[in-house]
Parts: sequence; C-alpha cells; structure tokens
Amino acid sequence: MNLIIVGLNHRTAPVELREKLTFPAETPDGTNAICEPLKRLVSQYGINEAVILSTCNRVEVIGVAEDIVEGAREIKGFLSDYHDIASDKLRDHLYVHTGEDAVKHLFRVSAGLDSMVMGEPQILGQVKDAYGHAVLSDTAGVVINKLFHKAFSVSKRIRTETRIGAAAVSISYAAVELAKKIFGNLRDKTVMLVGAGEMAELGAKHLLSAGVKEIVITNRTYERAVSMSREFGGRAVMFREMVHYLKSVDIVIASTGAPDFIIKADDVNGVMRERKHKPIFFIDISVPRNIDPLINNIDNVYLFDIDNLQDVVEANLKERAKEAEDATLIVDEEISVFYRWANSLDVVPTIIALRQQFEKIRKGEIEKAATQLGSLSDKELKAIDAMTTSIVNKILHDPISHLKQEASSVEGDMLIDVVRRLFDLDGEEQEKKVLVMQSKYLLTGRGR
Amino acid sequence: MSNIFFHITAGAYFIATLVFIAYLVKHNEQLVKAGRYILYGGFAAHTLTLILRFAEAGRVPVASLHESLTLYSWLMVAVYGVVLFKYRMEILGAFVAPFALLLIITASFLPSEIIPLAPLLESYWLPVHVVLAFLGNTFFALACIAGIMYLIQDRYLKKRKIKGLYFILPSVEVLDDLGYRCLTYGFPLLTLAIISGAIWSEYSLGSYWSWGPRQVWSLITWMLYAALLHGRLTTGWRGRKSAIFSVAAFLILLGSFFIIYIIVGASHGLVK
Repeated sequence: MNLIIVGLNHRTAPVELREKLTFPAETPDGTNAICEPLKRLVSQYGINEAVILSTCNRVEVIGVAEDIVEGAREIKGFLSDYHDIASDKLRDHLYVHTGEDAVKHLFRVSAGLDSMVMGEPQILGQVKDAYGHAVLSDTAGVVINKLFHKAFSVSKRIRTETRIGAAAVSISYAAVELAKKIFGNLRDKTVMLVGAGEMAELGAKHLLSAGVKEIVITNRTYERAVSMSREFGGRAVMFREMVHYLKSVDIVIASTGAPDFIIKADDVNGVMRERKHKPIFFIDISVPRNIDPLINNIDNVYLFDIDNLQDVVEANLKERAKEAEDATLIVDEEISVFYRWANSLDVVPTIIALRQQFEKIRKGEIEKAATQLGSLSDKELKAIDAMTTSIVNKILHDPISHLKQEASSVEGDMLIDVVRRLFDLDGEEQEKKVLVMQSKYLLTGRGR
Repeated sequence: MSNIFFHITAGAYFIATLVFIAYLVKHNEQLVKAGRYILYGGFAAHTLTLILRFAEAGRVPVASLHESLTLYSWLMVAVYGVVLFKYRMEILGAFVAPFALLLIITASFLPSEIIPLAPLLESYWLPVHVVLAFLGNTFFALACIAGIMYLIQDRYLKKRKIKGLYFILPSVEVLDDLGYRCLTYGFPLLTLAIISGAIWSEYSLGSYWSWGPRQVWSLITWMLYAALLHGRLTTGWRGRKSAIFSVAAFLILLGSFFIIYIIVGASHGLVK
C-alpha cells in the first residue's frame, strides 16, 4: 500500500499562496467542482486513488500510487499545473508524507490536532466532505475507504476519550461554558441582554442554542430593544426597569456604551434576598466596564469582564494542548491497528491463507467421507487424497496466478481485498462493519 | 475467612484512591472509569466481608468500633453508587474512595475479634438503630463532600482561575443541590435513629433518655442540621454559607463520634 499526502497548511504557506491553491467545493453554477480535478489526478497523473482536502487553512492531496517517489512527484506536478503556479514557487511550502507517516498525518488532521485552533471540530466535517467527493467521483478505492473510515473512528475516539474539544476557545463560547459551570443545565434559565454589540449578540445566540429558556432584551433606545427581541425571539423591556429584572434573570450580558457603571453593587445586594440567593452570572463585555467589579464579592454572584473571558480562553487552549498529548497516544495505537490490515494486502500472505483455507475444507471433507464409507484400505485412502488435492489445485490455479500477476497493478489492492473477503480470510465481523459504513455513506452522499 | 476479604477490600479501595488521584491530576476519562470499577470490585469484597462476619458472629456485625466503621465504609460506597446513578457525577469517587479507605484503615487498627454482646442489648432494635444512624451519617458525609467540592469550584469561579479541578468539577448549582438533597435524606434518618435508640433504651434499660454523652451529642448534631435545613428552606441560605456549615457540622459529628467512642465505648456508656 503506497499512501502519499502532498499539501500545505497555515504553518508552511502564507495565505496568499494558500488561496491560490484552494479547490472550491462548488462551481458558481452549483455543481460539484472537486470531481473534475480528482478525475484528472487519476486519469492523467497515474494516481490510483485520490482525495482532495481543501479548507481555508490547508490544501492536501491524499493519494495512493504504485510508487511513492513517482506518485509524490506526480501530485506536485498536478498542483502546479492545475493552479498554474511554477513548481519552484511551491516547492518550499509543500510537505510530503508517505506510508505510516501519511496515515498518522491524516488521523491527526481529522482529529483537529493539526489545526490552527487545537482540537477544533469543523475539520472533521471538512475531511468527511472531501472523502464524500472522492466517493462520488469514483476515485476512492479500497485503501482510501478503509483509511478514511479509520480516520473518522479515531477522531470519534479522541473526542470521547480526551477532553480535547471540551473547553471553549472563543470568548462567546467561553461565556457559555462558564454559565454551564455555574448552573449545570441552562434549560430553565433566563438571560438578559443589556445594550447591543456584536459580541453580546453572539454570546446570546450561543446561550440560546445551549438551551436557555428565555431572553430579555433592554436598551437605552427602546425601539432597538424591540427590533432585537424580534430577531432573537425574546422580550423587550424598558431600560429603567433593568434593575427590577435582576430579581428574575439568571445571566446578564452587559455591553452598552455607558461611560460608567450601570449595575452597582448596591443594586445587586438589594435583589439577592428576593432571589432567595439563587446564583446570578454577570458577563461584562463593555469597555469601559458597565458593572461594578465589587459585585463579585457577593455570595452566589459571579462576574466576568472581557479580560477575564480572554484569560479563560487562554487557559482552555493550554488545557487542550495537554489533552493533545493523550490524543497522540490514541493516534499511535490506531496506526498499528490500521497497519495490520494494510499489511494483509500483501499478495504472498493472501495466497498462503487462501491455500490453507482450501486445505482445511479438503481435510474436513475427507474425514467425513471416510467415516461414511467405513473401512477403506490404505490404497483407497491415498487415491481419494490425491484426487481431492488435484481438484483443489486445479480450482486455485487460475485465481492464484491472477493474484500474482495483478497484485502490483492499479487494482491490485482491491483484488486482494476482494479475495480476502470472498473467502473470509480475516474473519467476518471487522469487514462487515466497514461495508455497512460504506453503504450508509454512499446513500447519504456526504456522510453527515 | 472474613479477614481475607477485609484485606482485599482495603487493597481495592487503596488502588481506587490512587487511580482517582491520578484522574484529578490527568483529567483522563479512562482513569475515572477504572477507578469506579475498582471501587465496585472492592465493594463486592466488602459485601462478602460483612456477610461472612454476620455468619461468624451470628448477629448483625455492629457491636465493636471495628465492625461499625466497616459497615459505615460499606454504606458510603453503596450510597455513592446510587448517587452516581442519579447525578452522573464521576468525580465524586475521588472523594468517596479515600473516605471509605480511611474508615477501613481505621477499622483495621482496632481490635477485630468478635465480642459477645451484653445480654441487655440483645434486641432487634440494635441493627435498626445502628443502620439508621450510619445511613444518616453517610448522607451527611456526602453533603460534606458536596460542600467541599462546592467551595473549591466556587473559589475557581470567584477568583476566575480556570485551571485544575475546575475542568472536572460539576457546576456550583448542581453541587449545591446535591448537598441539599443529602441533608433531606440524612436529617430524617438521624431523627429516626435517635427515636429508635430511645425506644431501644426504654426496652432494655427502662428509660427513653438518660442524658449520656452520645445522646447529648446526637441531639446537638440533630440541632445543627435542623438549623441548616431551616436556614435553607426559609431564609434561602445557599451556596457558600450552607456549604461551610455542612462541612463544619460533619466535622463536629465525626469528631464527637470518635471522642465519645474512646471515652465510653460502643454502648454509649449506658450499659455498665
């Protein structure tokens, strides 16, 4: 199995170059645009199987070829031909991974371990899309199929077994995470938006999708509050009633242009008794600050300002880097699993296994016959043995010589895989799972 | 025979504690699962210990401090399993395992021979009273653990330090709720324990109440928890205040339990 990955990413190439190399997923008229370059890779550049992964941070061609060195050169040539960029301009920015190294790279990319923001989940969807395009374009063969399905399951394992994606790495998500660390479940909580602002609205949106029950919006200009409440499906209230609402809401996001504190410690102290000391979470993303920092000293009141949230994001990134170490261990473990399968695609062990399988059947049948026929002489037994052996040899002769001949051809890996499956040389379960996954994938088209 | 399983129990709780500590440092989900399974394994051995002890002694094994602490530790892990089922709060094991281990270790240093029970105390009220009392104490211990976790998480949030245990501790509201629920189970159990103790005392000693040190302290404990529950229900005491109160009340309970045991022994100094 000769796997090659040629590509560049945000670390090896500047954005000016990356944007020139992107493969848009759709043409302006809406048809699948990756189909054409994929087919060209296979028809003109001698690549057996190919996937193109193109995101804003990376462009990679994942290919299977007969010869690694030759294949890598062909893919490089394809990239420079297709985008019309001189190959010497590309050379310093491209990386090449082959064999086990390539498997590791793809596993890491899919799990977000190679992303700009460590552990971000979008990349997995992009890898799935890239694979879906290859399936639809008929450029995904047995190696690519197995490799990508393995990459998906590795990512899933990393997500469930490490906390790589658990901690928020944007300010608005960090606010949601904090709310969850205060309230647990957000389903019966109410959020109040004081003032407008891009970040406040984003935070409110995230809180809504995290399940908050209700959103109350207030603004110095009441009309603005009304128009925003339509957008969010919330309730607009008068600005002067804001303090009154502190009695009932659970999360307050403040971002007004006010030059001083609009929520003072005394206001909050006053409502805590009426709230029966239920916790309340203040998020102050306005500069200058709108909420008196002293309220953080009140029991069951939590306050985070914009700098605090930024610190949370940085702490989370550190936590993710720590989790990445565990994820790397999982990747290494899964590589060896994948390689056990890949090595089985060698022709010699397949032929041996095939012969053993037939020999087992032959021996079993002779035994059965011998008990049924009763006492047979040594001579008769020998004759039966010779006859059955020659039947098996004759049956296997053509398949084995074809296997030998075509093992190194374009369809070699597939042929070996088919033989192994037809004659059940690996045991059934594993293979069945892959087949089911593949058929599901083809049915949904994109696998998401 | 019960001795072998006692040692297996202690060993399993010890390993579980180590694994849970590793979880607190590494935050690896596999570790917390492993810790839980080891703890359950220890619990199985623990159950066998109690059954065999029951068979050997021919009565519920609650006559000596060794036996009582072994039962207390067992109840602790049993209730942990139930709470875990309801709350999915995996980190709880990291607090329950060391506590259960501590009880077992303390028990192992105490004389473990089966002592004959004073004929006066031989009664069905014995197991009822002791099990109610220790079950109540189990919930108070859990309330204390919830309080400790609350105070840690509250501190992270107040100081805005996003690191360490913050990532694996549950939300403050859930912890507060757990602490409260434990009280609502612990308090009635303690009340019933005191009542059953009084009835038993009437049957065997002829008086409901004789102001022995254990009786006085159980009344003090009862009043402490009554005050805490009252505060929570009426004036909305919650969060930090009630967490601190809960931790303090349990420490008083635990301290008075051991001190009185050392001074007057298992039968509360009521039987000479």
